[in-house]
Amino acid sequence: MSLLELKNVSKIYGELHALDNVSLKVEKGEWVSIMGPSGSGKSTMMNIIGCMDKPTKGEVLLDGVDISKESKKSLTTIRRDKIGLIFQQFHLVNYLTAVENVMLAQYYHSIPDEKEALEALARVGLADRAKHLPSQLSGGEQQRVCVARALINYPEIILADEPTGNLDEANEEVVVELFNKLHSEGTTLIVVTHDPEVAEVAQRTLVLRSGRLAKEKINENFTGKIRFDDQTPV
Amino acid sequence: MKKRKMFLRMISASLMRRRSRMAVALLSIAIGATILSGLVSIYYDVPRQMGAQFRNYGANMILTGTSGSFTADDLAKACTEIPEKELVGAAPYRYDNVRIRNIPVVAAGTDMEQAQKTSPYWMVEGRWPSADGEILIGKAAAESFRFREGDMIEVDYTPETAKQGEETVTDNTLYFTVTGILSTGGSEENYVYMSMTDLEKLTGTGSRIDVAELSVSASSDLLSGYSDNISAKVGAVSARLVKRVTASEATVLTKLQGLVLLVTIVVLALTMICVATTMTAVVTERRKEIGLRKAIGASDKSIISEFMGESMLLGLMGGVLGAVLGYVFASQVSRNVFSSELSFRPLLVPVTIIVSMFITGLSSLMPIRSATDVDPALVLKGE
Repeated sequence: MSLLELKNVSKIYGELHALDNVSLKVEKGEWVSIMGPSGSGKSTMMNIIGCMDKPTKGEVLLDGVDISKESKKSLTTIRRDKIGLIFQQFHLVNYLTAVENVMLAQYYHSIPDEKEALEALARVGLADRAKHLPSQLSGGEQQRVCVARALINYPEIILADEPTGNLDEANEEVVVELFNKLHSEGTTLIVVTHDPEVAEVAQRTLVLRSGRLAKEKINENFTGKIRFDDQTPV
Repeated sequence: MKKRKMFLRMISASLMRRRSRMAVALLSIAIGATILSGLVSIYYDVPRQMGAQFRNYGANMILTGTSGSFTADDLAKACTEIPEKELVGAAPYRYDNVRIRNIPVVAAGTDMEQAQKTSPYWMVEGRWPSADGEILIGKAAAESFRFREGDMIEVDYTPETAKQGEETVTDNTLYFTVTGILSTGGSEENYVYMSMTDLEKLTGTGSRIDVAELSVSASSDLLSGYSDNISAKVGAVSARLVKRVTASEATVLTKLQGLVLLVTIVVLALTMICVATTMTAVVTERRKEIGLRKAIGASDKSIISEFMGESMLLGLMGGVLGAVLGYVFASQVSRNVFSSELSFRPLLVPVTIIVSMFITGLSSLMPIRSATDVDPALVLKGE
């Protein structure tokens, strides 16, 4: 059984088909990239997979449960227990320190554990920045705190929305390296990106156009490492 | 770490690390709580303050004998029916006809110290008598006799027994020093005032009180109760209230308290509007943060409890500030308006804090409920 399966999923706003009969499967431990131009339906798909929206038609099976039929309250519980979110804008709470931001995810999930949160920060190389406020961290550091927060509750899937969109090349590499590490530990990754270099690091790349799945590319030479010299689009 | 500890850590961090933002909210709550606490202090202190002011208009209770006159013991017994701290003064009066330069004059014997307390509006040119052999002359009497302060005068009294057919009448005579001239604007200006013992010595009769004037600092309801108790428990004495004083005191008090209450309600409403507006601004400003919290798994209940926690903490801080500043504010008003010190009411401190927290919570309810409507998808794509 696939960890995530979309069966003929459509999201319709009036006349607009933001997603149009999309079907896909993501296996446990897989690293998938989703690409596409603006308005292609990437955000809509992210919202649906991230349990923040429901499809108009079709089924979304997450770990065997059809989340398209769940209530808003149940979706919050599923999101909290099964999904780790990484955002383009990092979205750290600006008055909480790095470790407190990580503990925030624990707080909503179960019991806050500062030691565990510090370990998660150590995993992303920020042990010495734990007591810093987001304003005292660089963009790359903030994104690494965001990664630590996403993985603290051991989610089934890590859903990253343009995770390198606001980062320079050096930090982009650091974040991709972190994804590679998570992937090697068996974490399922779904990364939405505009950046072909980031997209093609994944094992599989899906391209959306006008709400439809236009292309699927398997990375035969998967290494989990970013290659800045290769600019070939997918 | 327990969830409660993290909860407290979050809300305190929100207040402490967003000081400039929260200072505005805290200021509005603290100002509201200050005015509220101050006005309530004044509201409850007004009867005492006004009572003290009204005591300047003289006695508000009169005791007369049920069979003509009564004794000092009866007066003492009557006074025990009134709480000591509320009894401003109790002046006994005894009236006898005496003669000065062979002209009949009414002499009143009294306790000068108590008379000063029950009749603070009496104006004395000179000084009050403070020892036996000293006398206070009413202004009208002084003018007709051309007496001045410091004059030595002779006061005669014809004993009752002497009038019963004795051919040779021997008057009792005492000499007094005039210490002051009394102006009241009333009939008292025709009398002369001396100590009880002097009048007893002059008349040669025992102790007797014709009337006693009491000044009591209490509400009209309490006064009625005291008056009824005295009449019921002290058989020789009949107590009645001086209606023109007690009634006008009650009217002024009711109106003043009504006004303070009205202002308090208006301030309460304005505080609520102010806090609600501030909290709405706080929620609007933090829509992204709410979206993020919801995206990482916060339930509506969690969001409400966190924002409500912040409101309650603000209410608590505002309440503590308000209780302290409110007392200072009320003290200033009391000092400037009533020229007296405000009595501190410890109960008002917890009441101000609780009311402040309640008002803050209540006025935050609507904006906080709207916080739960924030879509978690807001945080995607940097919207």
